[in-house]
Amino acid sequence: MPDFFSLSRHLTEEERQIQKTVRSFVDARVLPVIADHFEAGTFPTELIPEIASLGLLGCNLQGYGCAGLSEAGYGVAMQELERGDSGIRSFASVQGSLVMYPIHAFGSEEQKNKYLPEMAKGKLVGCFGLTEPDAGSNPNGMLTVAKEDGDGYVLNGTKRWITNGNLAHVALVWAKLHNKDGEVRGFLVPTDTKGFEARPIHKKMSLRASVTSELIMEDVRVKKDALLPGVRGMKGPLSCLTSARFGIAWGVIGAATACYDSALDYAKHRVQFGGKPIASHQLVQAKFAEMLTQITTMQLMATEVTRLKNEKQLRPQHVSMIKRNNVRDALGIARVCRDILGGNGITLEYPIMRHLMNLETVYTYEGTHDVHTLILGQDATGISAFE
Amino acid sequence: MKILVPLKRVSDPDNANKVKVTGGKLDASGLEWKPNPFDEYAVEAALRLTENGTNTKARVGEVVVVTFGPKEAETTLRAALATGADKAIRIDALDDALDGDVVARALKALVDKEKPDLVLLGKQAVDGDSNQVGQLLAEYLGWPQATFAASIKSNADKALIVSREVDGGALNLKLTLPAVVSVDLRIVAPKSVTSIHTPATHTYPDGVRFAALMAIMAAKKKPMTEVKLADLVTDAATKIKYTGFELPPSRKAGIKVKTVAELVEKLKNEAKAL
Repeated sequence: MPDFFSLSRHLTEEERQIQKTVRSFVDARVLPVIADHFEAGTFPTELIPEIASLGLLGCNLQGYGCAGLSEAGYGVAMQELERGDSGIRSFASVQGSLVMYPIHAFGSEEQKNKYLPEMAKGKLVGCFGLTEPDAGSNPNGMLTVAKEDGDGYVLNGTKRWITNGNLAHVALVWAKLHNKDGEVRGFLVPTDTKGFEARPIHKKMSLRASVTSELIMEDVRVKKDALLPGVRGMKGPLSCLTSARFGIAWGVIGAATACYDSALDYAKHRVQFGGKPIASHQLVQAKFAEMLTQITTMQLMATEVTRLKNEKQLRPQHVSMIKRNNVRDALGIARVCRDILGGNGITLEYPIMRHLMNLETVYTYEGTHDVHTLILGQDATGISAFE
Repeated sequence: MKILVPLKRVSDPDNANKVKVTGGKLDASGLEWKPNPFDEYAVEAALRLTENGTNTKARVGEVVVVTFGPKEAETTLRAALATGADKAIRIDALDDALDGDVVARALKALVDKEKPDLVLLGKQAVDGDSNQVGQLLAEYLGWPQATFAASIKSNADKALIVSREVDGGALNLKLTLPAVVSVDLRIVAPKSVTSIHTPATHTYPDGVRFAALMAIMAAKKKPMTEVKLADLVTDAATKIKYTGFELPPSRKAGIKVKTVAELVEKLKNEAKAL
């Protein structure tokens, strides 16, 4: 893995050990099976117990059976997981940042004790229901509604593109309160509740080693204690996304470097024209020079954003910039690496095409590239282009 | 059972920086380090002997890891603590000042202090490939030894049945504890280590265990002590004198031949292989 500016020297001994451990786990358990899962369109559920016993689920949270890693420790763990596959990192991101984090930050003590230890152990899987068929980039346009009724709420609506949907035991569903100016609130809905149905989305060409679902809720009745008490309005789901995007920005460095390492190895051994490896060709060298610069930029941004987060100076706009930059460049690097491998680049014998296809999803989810562009545009000009 | 596991760090072969030779001496600057794989297997075997495999968080016994090296070598010990070892000892010494004999004599003195029931170590370190420490240590202690263990069966922590792979089969040795055992790579197979603490039905994952991230964070709170080499051996002179080091010559690029006749001609006249 390239580290041109030796940025790993900013990691503590523990953080370096975390990186090594997750890396050996991915080498030993994920890489041998991931291409077959990707081809079959299945998530490697057999890895969940070991991912959990390593402490990767909710690993940046304190207490309740969570590992309590530093922000950089969390970052390098996500990076090493995504060096394996974006689907595996997505599983951990959704469980940790999108479900465990809001329970930890906004949940009641009962909710924390009920869910967090079991979720850290991987015995309970969660999913995050925000996006809807007709509310994507504008989540505030959601139609899912929660109506107060006796000692609880009745939920109706549809959520789409929900990672882990069909694996989940509990869904964190964001819904508008009926008759309360449509205030958005979060509800922890057990997926075996009557009227709740998860349907897998098939025929995906990306994130094939990941479960993506549609959640359909018809008169789903939950008790009052299903409500997340600590947050009101869009701040709830948006703060979850800021947390998850931080992990994504680190994660895609793993996908990009997996492609880079694979292409570099290939270019050094592939001989064409006069007995010399293609790595000696100027056009190929130009590609590596550009990719090395991009990867170094991604790493520098991740290092600085982590510092800002530690100093409590991190703004969502910072996260928009790094999510936008790192995913765009990871996707670009995957495409260039695919090109360097020629025909071999399109097969699952090499990791590149798999990462390339996965990154098309990462480019879109958790705020599309264009939405992050507009967030930064608004930050620069003071004028919102959304309205 | 108390087990002492000596560990050595070796240069990571996957790192871009390779060992250099400067002025006839090894130059270790810029190297990344990793534990000698056979020593990692010894730690794994020691952990399996001192636990119930169905609950690896509780230890039935004690595992002490020890290494020789400068302060930075503590990283190797911390990694072993993170996987479950109880305490670590660093014997402050420089690699240049060590050979198998002085290491074995220093370990003998440490064993006299720590009083383990078993010393478990890798069959050899993958850098020097000397394969001396286990055998010399057993001799100095006057303890029974078994080398290249492929499996270990503990008889109520009083004796061990050690199986060694030999041509055409396995050689089983029974050792009464205390003893010195060096391990081969087969020792981390799912059923290679058995004891009364773990149900016979239990199967370990193949290979060494991964440290849980929480345990990595907690490892810095486990005891780590430093001992001076001079406190263990009065005579620190090495028996092996290294007179020089050189790197193997770099391989020349191959050539492509057009015909079989040309190949035969080159094999005869250039390579002089025929």
